[in-house]
Amino acid sequence: MNMKKSFKNMRKSTRRSFITYGFVIIAFIILQIMNGMGMLSFSLQGMLVPICAYVVMAVSLNLTVGILGELSLGHAGFMSVGAFTGVTAAMALQTAIPFAPLRLAVGMAVGAVFAAVVGFLIGIPVLRLKGDYLAIVTLAFGEIIKTIFTNLYVGVDQNGLHIRLLKNLSDLAEDGTMIVRGPMGMGGVAKISTFTAGFVLVMISLVVVFNLVNSRAGRAIMSIRDNRIAAESIGLHVTKYKMMAFVVSASLAGAAGALFAMNYSTIVASKFDFNTSILVLVFVVLGGLGNMLGSIIAAALLTILPEALRSFADYRMLVYAIVLILVMLATNNPTLRAWIDQLQKAVTGKRKKEAA
Amino acid sequence: MDPVLKVDDINVYYGSIHAIKGVSFEVGQGEVVTLIGANGAGKSTTLNTIAGLLRSKTGSVTFMGEDMGKVPPHKVVSKGLALVPEGRRIFLQMTTQENLEMGAFTRKGVDAADLEQVFAQFPRLKERRKQVAGTLSGGEQQMLAMGRALMSHPKLLMLDEPSMGLAPILVEQIFEIIQGLHKAGTTILLVEQNAQAALSVADRGYVLETGKIVTSGSGQELLDSPAIKKAYLGG
Repeated sequence: MNMKKSFKNMRKSTRRSFITYGFVIIAFIILQIMNGMGMLSFSLQGMLVPICAYVVMAVSLNLTVGILGELSLGHAGFMSVGAFTGVTAAMALQTAIPFAPLRLAVGMAVGAVFAAVVGFLIGIPVLRLKGDYLAIVTLAFGEIIKTIFTNLYVGVDQNGLHIRLLKNLSDLAEDGTMIVRGPMGMGGVAKISTFTAGFVLVMISLVVVFNLVNSRAGRAIMSIRDNRIAAESIGLHVTKYKMMAFVVSASLAGAAGALFAMNYSTIVASKFDFNTSILVLVFVVLGGLGNMLGSIIAAALLTILPEALRSFADYRMLVYAIVLILVMLATNNPTLRAWIDQLQKAVTGKRKKEAA
Repeated sequence: MDPVLKVDDINVYYGSIHAIKGVSFEVGQGEVVTLIGANGAGKSTTLNTIAGLLRSKTGSVTFMGEDMGKVPPHKVVSKGLALVPEGRRIFLQMTTQENLEMGAFTRKGVDAADLEQVFAQFPRLKERRKQVAGTLSGGEQQMLAMGRALMSHPKLLMLDEPSMGLAPILVEQIFEIIQGLHKAGTTILLVEQNAQAALSVADRGYVLETGKIVTSGSGQELLDSPAIKKAYLGG
């Protein structure tokens, strides 16, 4: 009873973040139990890690699009940076760190750091722009990153890492291993990503994002979204706060990229193209701008949906598109919205009675 | 005593356009000084230069004895210079009170006394404190923008066309508030197109025409000047 009361008395934003944490934890427990009992189909099992990666992608992009209010069309680029640097780190450390979960964690951390650095460098020119211009330039940077990784060759031997752009490695020792093979991408990746690791990354991302949003800096970021000139006039360092949101968003995408890549034995740079950026943007828009729980649900459902529609065979993407349109129409329908609001009121009203 | 603000021979360009041509003026402690002039005379450009958003090629802007030439815009507010930008720029999605709290952002933390002080000057805002700012009327939004600027404890309050787009009765209210702030000792630099109203509350005024100051004097002198009457006050 007491707990319920204190839950009711919490600030709205805090309550919202707790509901989101709770949802993720419960979903994880249910899926783990179902998996243990063999209730998940083989294809769904294989999608658990990608779902986690896409959830983190959606949550991090929501920070840029929903909270900062700038449209970024190159989010897959940061995922790509995280994937390539993270996998390279994990493969180079194969013998140094035999314990796979630790190697995965190091890989994700390396991916996050590199993506953050790239995010910072891209942010310097990009964050001077706004609106459509910013969107177009992020799109271009996403493609540049993809092209660079398509032409990158990385190998490791006892002398350390060998990195070449455009031409294949010639100086690699006999016993060395190739990690990145240009357009062929990365092959022979150790599949060390696990659902538990994905869950931990989702939770870390949520903690980072919620703490940022509910902080002083978060307020500054949202006030810039609300009115840039007003934010300037009260003495906010606009570029600094925009950069903060952008870099945090990029680094989380980098960690998600590393997690995603280490779930497959081969990964190519063209996987992280414009389509992937748009896909993640669809999760964010469908889940609601600034609504993290919405992003999580949209990312999970829309990752499963194409698989669930496999029985439609050739018409799969057509049905997928129709489902998207229907969901958009339904969530914007005033009658349906009023009904949902009423339902919500009924539920919270009941809770109030219980608490009293 | 040194003036609060001293603008000395500033020249500001937009690309190749010479917008401000050697403007100099001063604002003393506790004074209300107004810059009046027609559209495109350079009033807002002058304010934006003082606030550090634009840079002057020559001359200097000295605030409380400190040269502001190299101070970045986000540091200007913490030095005690607050600009209420043109066109009621408030945070539409936040409540009235949250808007006011944001005004004290550079001071790291608000105390209730500051809020009460602003509410005393703008009783209307107190009534609306929990209301989302986007739903306020135009006049209330202007009051909110002014109140928010006061939250930073400015030593100089710069108002850019506070009467713009408001109904005559609201314009009157806004100027009454300016008079109230003046009585409370706030130093104000007021930029206006509404010359009559601005000169009637100002201690001194400067008339800006195509980037140059053409006349200056006390508020009453300018109100009585035949040339000003003809050009700005409609006969």
